[in-house]
Amino acid sequence: MASYPAGYKYTKDHEWIELSGDRGKVGITDYAQAQLGDVVYVELPEVGATLKQGQSFGTIESVKAVSELYSPVTGEVVEVNGALKDKPESINATPHESWMVVIRLTQPSEASALLDATQYQALIK
Amino acid sequence: MPVEYSGIVAEHMAVRERAGLFDVSHMGQIEIAGKDALAAVQHISSNDASKLAVGQAQYSGLLTPEGTFVDDILVYRQGPSHFLIVVNAGDIPGDFAWISEHIKPAGDASAVDASSRYALISIQGPEAQRVLQSLTAVDLAAIKYYWFVHGEVAGVRSTISRTGYTGEDGFEVFVPPQAADALWQAMLDAGRSASVLPCGLGARDTLRLEAAMRLYGQDMDRTVSVLEADLGWIVGWKKDDFIGAAALRQQKASGVSRKIVGFEMLERGIARHGYDVYVGDRKAGVVTSGTQTPLLKKSIGMGYLPIEHTAPGTEFDVDIRGRRTRARVVPMPFYKRQK
Repeated sequence: MASYPAGYKYTKDHEWIELSGDRGKVGITDYAQAQLGDVVYVELPEVGATLKQGQSFGTIESVKAVSELYSPVTGEVVEVNGALKDKPESINATPHESWMVVIRLTQPSEASALLDATQYQALIK
Repeated sequence: MPVEYSGIVAEHMAVRERAGLFDVSHMGQIEIAGKDALAAVQHISSNDASKLAVGQAQYSGLLTPEGTFVDDILVYRQGPSHFLIVVNAGDIPGDFAWISEHIKPAGDASAVDASSRYALISIQGPEAQRVLQSLTAVDLAAIKYYWFVHGEVAGVRSTISRTGYTGEDGFEVFVPPQAADALWQAMLDAGRSASVLPCGLGARDTLRLEAAMRLYGQDMDRTVSVLEADLGWIVGWKKDDFIGAAALRQQKASGVSRKIVGFEMLERGIARHGYDVYVGDRKAGVVTSGTQTPLLKKSIGMGYLPIEHTAPGTEFDVDIRGRRTRARVVPMPFYKRQK
């Protein structure tokens, strides 16, 4: 099982965000990928898309099921990880490195209310 | 049976390349016996059971008078006047009631719901015979496809049937429920050297879909006729009257207006059960099964289309969560094992 980086923040919907200045890389947690099983498709937004906290920014589809991806924060998509289109299985292999989008936060205060690694691990126990 | 043990893709590939183990004890077993058992089975089952020798099995349909499916079944001839019908888990009491009611006119034959007397463990894949052979003195190589024998497996009195639902060679082993745990463990242990994996419902679904085997409740039900499901080969056209015969003969003569097809997605996305199918702007049908196949690494599915759009190569759209996604009719099965 992958460990949950202490420097990340987490949501109850099982996304993580790695903050750096006013930007954050977003992905899904090890717990989420294990629940989904073998990932076969990821649909991500275009650069420039604006998102509200909790809004869907894409979908992730495994052999088993399809789920929405929810933005941990409000902001604008400034980068999209196009490599995941061809290698979606990397989300299963390295969930905490397989970032999907980079979001420029327009309401940075939201981030402080997200879960830390300890709180998140308590949630999924 | 869980959805998965180690992961659908790993389990699927184990069955295609080595072997996988399935606990399918949820399946139902209904026995029909009596002097007129053959006539009884001939009346309720679409296929021609008179062609079965003792020790042989056949795929068939339990049909309504309209020629649609109450269930799809396997008919095993245990003796000249003794049959075992394996039914889906979905509605065993309903199937039993249907069979009991409809065999009455046949004369001396009665049905028993024997489901609680059987557990069913299936081993499927190219290594299935070798693994199972290490647990039994029965000569498995001598059992032909869709035949069965009685014998001991790991010291347990069993019925060993060369059948399955994966498109691979394999065996299904009927045992008393109290022996099921021990047999499962023995088969897992025997398969360890060949890296045999326990498999769940998820892989069972992707495997059967690659082999284009229909799933009751999705690809067929009481709204779909045998001919629409393109299963005319399970109809004993030459035998005497059976439930659904008149409707099917008429449908065969006039032709069906829709039919099941296999398809491949030409654009990204998985067409799942219940998604709408469009030809141009017109809603023309529905997806009944769909998945990303771990072996072929394509997005495939089955669904119903108007007959004029069922030729291989015909293109249509599937509404995948609001997005029209291109698909193409392809011949079935999607996967056929090399013999």
